[in-house]
Amino acid sequence: MNKERVNVSRREFLIQTTVVGTGFSLGLYLPLFGGKVFAAEGSAAKAASPVKEVDAWVVIEPDDTVIIRIARSEMGQGTLTGLAQLVAEELECDWSKVTTEYPTPGENLARDRVWGDFATGGSRGIRSSQQYVRKGGAVARQMLLEAASDYWKVPIEECHAANSVITHLPSGRTTTYGKVAAAAAKAFPPEDVELKAPKDWKLIGKPVKRLDTDDKLNGKQIFAADLKLPGMLNAAIKACPVFGGKLKSFDAAKVNKMPGVHKVVRVNDDAVAVVAETWWQAKTALDALPITWDKGPNTKVSSASIEKMLVAGLTSDKHVFVGNKRGDVKHALKGSVKTVEATYSYPFQAHTCMEPMNATARWTKDRCEVWCPTQDGMAALATAAKAAGLPITQCDVYKINLGGGFGRRGFQDYVTRAVAVAKQLPGTPIKVLWSREEDVTHDFYHPFTKCKLTGGLDAKGNLIGLHVRISGQSILASLNPKVKKTGDMITFQGLLPDGDHAISYTVPNLLVDHAMRNPPVPPGFWRGVNINQNTIYMECFLDELAHTAGKDSLEFRRKLMGGHPKSLAVLNAVAEKAGWGKPAAKGVHRGLAVCKTFGSYVAACAEVSVDAKGQLTIHRIVAATDPGYAVNPQQIEAQVAGSFVYGLSALLYGEVTIKGGAVEQTNFHNYPSMLIDKMPKVDVIVMPSGGFWGGIGEPTIAVAAPAVLNAIFAATGKRIRRIPLKHANLRTG
Amino acid sequence: MTKLNVNGKLVSLDVDGSTPLLWILREQLALTGTKYSCGIGICGACTVHINGKAVRSCIVPVSSLNASHKIVTIEGLSSDNNHPLQQAWKQLDVPQCGYCQSGMLMSAAALLNSHPKPSDADIDANITNICRCGTFNRVRHGIHLAAEINQKLNGRRS
Repeated sequence: MNKERVNVSRREFLIQTTVVGTGFSLGLYLPLFGGKVFAAEGSAAKAASPVKEVDAWVVIEPDDTVIIRIARSEMGQGTLTGLAQLVAEELECDWSKVTTEYPTPGENLARDRVWGDFATGGSRGIRSSQQYVRKGGAVARQMLLEAASDYWKVPIEECHAANSVITHLPSGRTTTYGKVAAAAAKAFPPEDVELKAPKDWKLIGKPVKRLDTDDKLNGKQIFAADLKLPGMLNAAIKACPVFGGKLKSFDAAKVNKMPGVHKVVRVNDDAVAVVAETWWQAKTALDALPITWDKGPNTKVSSASIEKMLVAGLTSDKHVFVGNKRGDVKHALKGSVKTVEATYSYPFQAHTCMEPMNATARWTKDRCEVWCPTQDGMAALATAAKAAGLPITQCDVYKINLGGGFGRRGFQDYVTRAVAVAKQLPGTPIKVLWSREEDVTHDFYHPFTKCKLTGGLDAKGNLIGLHVRISGQSILASLNPKVKKTGDMITFQGLLPDGDHAISYTVPNLLVDHAMRNPPVPPGFWRGVNINQNTIYMECFLDELAHTAGKDSLEFRRKLMGGHPKSLAVLNAVAEKAGWGKPAAKGVHRGLAVCKTFGSYVAACAEVSVDAKGQLTIHRIVAATDPGYAVNPQQIEAQVAGSFVYGLSALLYGEVTIKGGAVEQTNFHNYPSMLIDKMPKVDVIVMPSGGFWGGIGEPTIAVAAPAVLNAIFAATGKRIRRIPLKHANLRTG
Repeated sequence: MTKLNVNGKLVSLDVDGSTPLLWILREQLALTGTKYSCGIGICGACTVHINGKAVRSCIVPVSSLNASHKIVTIEGLSSDNNHPLQQAWKQLDVPQCGYCQSGMLMSAAALLNSHPKPSDADIDANITNICRCGTFNRVRHGIHLAAEINQKLNGRRS
């Protein structure tokens, strides 16, 4: 890729109002423990000092501190550092002086959405904003150069910027960004800017350290759950355990006199909250509160009843949507020498972010403010306005770093809850913190799906026909009822004909379809979304076919991947590094998986052993990622290894079950997560091939589980088709 | 009145004795580095030291404590981020979201107290904190690195 010339829209850069900071009506500069001043978001800090905003993305202080604005949310995935690298690359600033801040969604609205999309999901944080944030850096650099050249009265072409220093090349005079920032802020933005060619990148592609580590080492990092505003009260909340149920009544008199209790309030039509001085007091009173629920229409819904509905969907022709079709599968299967059929099952799963759901809200009849750990600031703002019953311009949201997101915090229900409580105590900031039990039982769950696969082999053992029938819930249909009629394309992640989630194989006769079956359990986006189970279905079944054909599973795949060179490249890379085809250590067996998802190509080779008692050890996973461009390889490595913990926790234990219309699991004792003792060694291969921008946070999660399952088959001859593994007996002999 | 020794300071509190130490730290003493996540003593996000041992503070009623118990929280682990674990964590960029890391660091610090040069098996047995971001391999690496830093420091001292 060569240099990119990017047109600069006047609108984006000329609206330099002074709204930054003014939305912060409480004027909160919170002295916290240790004497550190905390502004709930950085932009407020500058309300007090003149804003040296060069453009919307870049603020430069007189001491040369560079503040880069980040619209997306940081939830551990490193997006904040990666986005800052992108801006700084073009800005040519001193990386050691870079810090970051979040503009508020209200400011974004007031400035005609100058910071674009705030949504942080679908592994889009970097890839869908990379061009405009680099442009933001390049425009600021040009404006700084312009300010220096004006000051020196020399042509701008004679000035050069590097490391926050501007040099007038003929005379050798220098100045710094900090010195010209105020003048640059008044400069006219350039008509267009040139973005660097990738070969000239100095910061993009470098494994620089994260910008947000220090405060995570000493307890200073404030999460929303830690927030303490002046006069703030705390609330504990309980919603009807049965989905679709309502709050009938509660007996506040029984708890009103308990220590610290201020008020017991109805929240929307299905929950109740106790507001008290401290959260522990609120929770203690809530636990003692007599509550009567109207359990509603779903009390007969259970995992078994849902499974029955899904099983029927595997062979039904009603409400079926096609995701990928090629040739004539029926005919091909009829003409097959051998056919293989298998049904897989993948359960509901909860997110269990380490930081339970929470938000803090302050409501008056004129204004509503919310402090929250959201993956989507603009959606949080819209939700706040709706819940507040106020025009959106009278509301704002202050984003606080998230204690985990994984898709859960793309939903804004905790904002609705906090505002609903705060509305009943006007003027008082209220923090609504869910107990872990509320968090597990009121999630938006990874959908429960089943999949029936039928494959046909010819006399030579080649795959000539494949039917993949998925049956289960649509997440999109829960958000937009029209999808019930049109079909939900994200149910086909990793199996689509082309695009970010394309299938990695060419099968001459292929049908991938989905029987949409929507039980009354709220579904949601869960790191990886449908790619997790779809890759298990596809990759484990391909292993079954290879086994039936009597072929090596790598060779069997390669034969189908001629038209998918990038997928083949990552698969070859893991096979080579793992030593596929060469003997493994005694008792150790290997399994493979590959997919394309969120725009990146990923593959894994797992090495496992299973002892005579059926105890599984995952020794190592070799993982390869081709994300096109790799902004920060050491953070990619962290995401790959981290995604395996999330994915393997799901594979080993992750199952939410439904009984009486409610979730049976409540906390980490019955919804466990993997610990360090089960963690395999992870060898990460980052192999950016250039020319495209793929996602990082999610893709590799998809290949961990199927690679392990295929390795388990190699070790035991047992094909596990029902997830999680806690149901399986791996004992041999 | 309950008297506690927290990070070397004596504090007196008028609180309900059944309140877990976690909520005393967070809501009475503004020490919010110690996190709430499960509330049932499993996940380890609330880990603090009591007399040098790692303890899940969410299940310790404050009535069971007095001024003879030396309580140390993440805020008291070091004066300026210079504990060998903090140095190692920084060098390896261990945290992701960071929410579990206070507890992770306190568990690791207690481990290094009892096992100055822990083996992988020691780490497996003693670090039972949940991390949903999945920082485990860097945590393991970080503990070994901190043990090395400690060894160098001790070598210099002797």
